[in-house]
Amino acid sequence: MNGIEAVTLGASAGGVSALLTLFHALPVDYAVPLVCVLHLPDDRHSHLAQVFSRRLRRPVCEACDKQPVAPGMIYFAGPGYHLSVEQDRSFSLSQEERVHFSRPSIDILFESAADAYGPALLGVLLTGANEDGARGLARIKGLGGRTIVQDPREAQVATMPRAALALHHPDHILPLSGIGQLLATLELPEC
Amino acid sequence: MTIERNTDIEIRLLIEAIYLTYSYDFRDYSGASIKRRVQHAVRQFGCSSISALQERVLHDPGMFMQLLQLLTIPVSEMFRDPEHFLAIRREVVPLLRTWPSLKIWIAGCSTGEEVYSMAILLREEGLLERTIIYATDINPSSLDKARQGIYSKQNMLEYAENYRKAGGLRDFGEYYTAAYGNAIIDGSLRDNVTFADHSLATDSVFSETQLVSCRNVLIYFNKALQDRAFGLFHESLCHRGFLALGSKETLDFSAYAGRFDTLARPERIYRKS
Repeated sequence: MNGIEAVTLGASAGGVSALLTLFHALPVDYAVPLVCVLHLPDDRHSHLAQVFSRRLRRPVCEACDKQPVAPGMIYFAGPGYHLSVEQDRSFSLSQEERVHFSRPSIDILFESAADAYGPALLGVLLTGANEDGARGLARIKGLGGRTIVQDPREAQVATMPRAALALHHPDHILPLSGIGQLLATLELPEC
Repeated sequence: MTIERNTDIEIRLLIEAIYLTYSYDFRDYSGASIKRRVQHAVRQFGCSSISALQERVLHDPGMFMQLLQLLTIPVSEMFRDPEHFLAIRREVVPLLRTWPSLKIWIAGCSTGEEVYSMAILLREEGLLERTIIYATDINPSSLDKARQGIYSKQNMLEYAENYRKAGGLRDFGEYYTAAYGNAIIDGSLRDNVTFADHSLATDSVFSETQLVSCRNVLIYFNKALQDRAFGLFHESLCHRGFLALGSKETLDFSAYAGRFDTLARPERIYRKS
């Protein structure tokens, strides 16, 4: 799977432990930027970036408005705002309506990143209890990018992976261990 | 990919048509958000394509006003991000006191929640009487709502909680009258407020100010337009004036990063260098 320049990931229920498992499988100097939307209750002020950076011992941050997407980073969408990737591959935030009761929404990240990266994007949809992300993943595929859905039999909550599978045929349906191995093989193209 | 390219072309044409016809300039808004707003509008108005929407908008000013409501995002709360207002109260107000009279610009005031929050804070600190607040927005129907100061009573519990966390000194219920499910904000709070149509994309500075508050507006702009807005704020602010932004907005990636000092980073309060 060559030519991938960014990976977007989406998850809700069960997502913290799934993402930790996945990221632990990656080398510390992993170069491909990883951009995540993880649904959390609105009233819980998100400390995802701190939690993940402590556990993973690598740079993790909450994506800021206009921040360029940089190699070697893991980004999380902050609470209360949708996160998009712009054509110039920087982040933008917005407070548009919720999508599938969610803000941030996985669909919004995936669709905007698909527009920005086209075939150079890999989308990964993991465990979750609603249908957010299915449409976005199909769009990544539709614009030539690659897609992976977590095997619903393994997912803590299968609703989200199943919704994705109902909408399109991903390149891979894998358990977390397989997704980790596959992500680990990705290398940024030489500049 | 042709359909994708056509979509992008149609959006550009629509935005250009709006600019040429109505002088509303969305050309430097964030692309991802504008694309979603336009596609949302196409569905809302039952148009067959973006070009079809453009045709209607070009020939029908009423249609454009409806579209404007969808292109702008009027999401607001009173005392949104209470810690921001607490920082204004504790760290900015003591310095504002040193000026004999104050001018404050609330840019992109939307439906007015930020304006009344600021007015309440200033009244409690004894500063409202010597302050002129300029509250500006591009959306006339948002400005109308702001002028009226009537909000759903449902939201008042949440606003009262925000107010308390923001260091409010009184009972929040003193600032509005409840009627028919609405909360009518105390009209005397806007005695010193001037509401006005102003675009950060096309208009220039209209007054010297000591504080500019522009919250959750700049996230909808691209870098070039953000820099234009920061330029206006910089020009408007007096020596050592204050700039207050939304909780996810930052000067870090802008051309003006070096021309402001950070007063309270998490609360997004800056000071002209």
